[in-house]
Amino acid sequence: MSDIADRVKKIVVEHLGVSEDKITENASFIDDLGADSLDTVELVMAFEEEFGIEIPDDAAETIQTFGDAVKFITDAQ
Amino acid sequence: MFDLTGKRALVTGASGGIGGAIATALHGAGAQVGLSGTREAPLDKLALSLGEGAHVLPCDLSDPQAVEALPARAAEAMGGVDILVNNAGITRDNLFMRMSDEEWQSVLDVNLSASFRLCRGVLRGMMKARWGRIVSITSIVGATGNPGQGNYAAAKAGLVGMSKSLAQEVASRNITVNCVAPGFITTAMTDKLNDEQKARILAQVPAGRMGTADEIAGAVLYLASPNAGYVTGATLHVNGGMAML
Repeated sequence: MSDIADRVKKIVVEHLGVSEDKITENASFIDDLGADSLDTVELVMAFEEEFGIEIPDDAAETIQTFGDAVKFITDAQ
Repeated sequence: MFDLTGKRALVTGASGGIGGAIATALHGAGAQVGLSGTREAPLDKLALSLGEGAHVLPCDLSDPQAVEALPARAAEAMGGVDILVNNAGITRDNLFMRMSDEEWQSVLDVNLSASFRLCRGVLRGMMKARWGRIVSITSIVGATGNPGQGNYAAAKAGLVGMSKSLAQEVASRNITVNCVAPGFITTAMTDKLNDEQKARILAQVPAGRMGTADEIAGAVLYLASPNAGYVTGATLHVNGGMAML
């Protein structure tokens, strides 16, 4: 697993308090990992800080799953 | 009774009577205070009298870019912002039929839009800290209306609706969002009223006197304190019984 995926996973574990094995490629933050809409905003903020990138609102809306997040951040770097 | 040791508070309109009293009360409870206002001289004077832990942050709230920059400047000066007090306000009174777009817009910009931007600007830090207090100073006229103040009443009522919405969004993060609604308080703003206006208003105040800035500051201090952790989306009316809402 890539370094980016590991760092994203760590953030998700910290913010949502879910166990690591639940965080699969297609795991939806809201449907599978118990996030509410405010959690997703916080996750995006945390990704921005961790990776030093800007995630605009329209892009943030497309980040629904763990895989989406890793892909977006990988492409942004 | 209320302990704000280690907390950092940004107070807008700190160059005015009520804002100065609020900043003094929060500082007296142990908080660092960021004093914002348009007039630098009164801010410097207040900071000097408060001493350590007071930071002067001049800002023109009618300038959206300056407003956007203020939370970051406050965080830089104090290390963060735990408490935001939206106190700054202006009036451009006129009868409705004579009110210009400029009079309407300038009051909405400073009293409502600037508060929105400041709330948005401080939320990130409060969300991360899992603790925050936002207190907006509204007005009795936001609830009752007042002839000649259609713009001001609209902005103040707007603050209440905004605060209730935000309160629901962030309650789970230990961030409370409340309003304090002063009635007739002795300040430079009420000094502009003529004697006849004052007498007419005082006749409607069961307490029989104007309130003081310190009595508003006491309400803000309570809502900013850890003691008020379960109070959110509320408006605390401080008006000597003028309107019991």
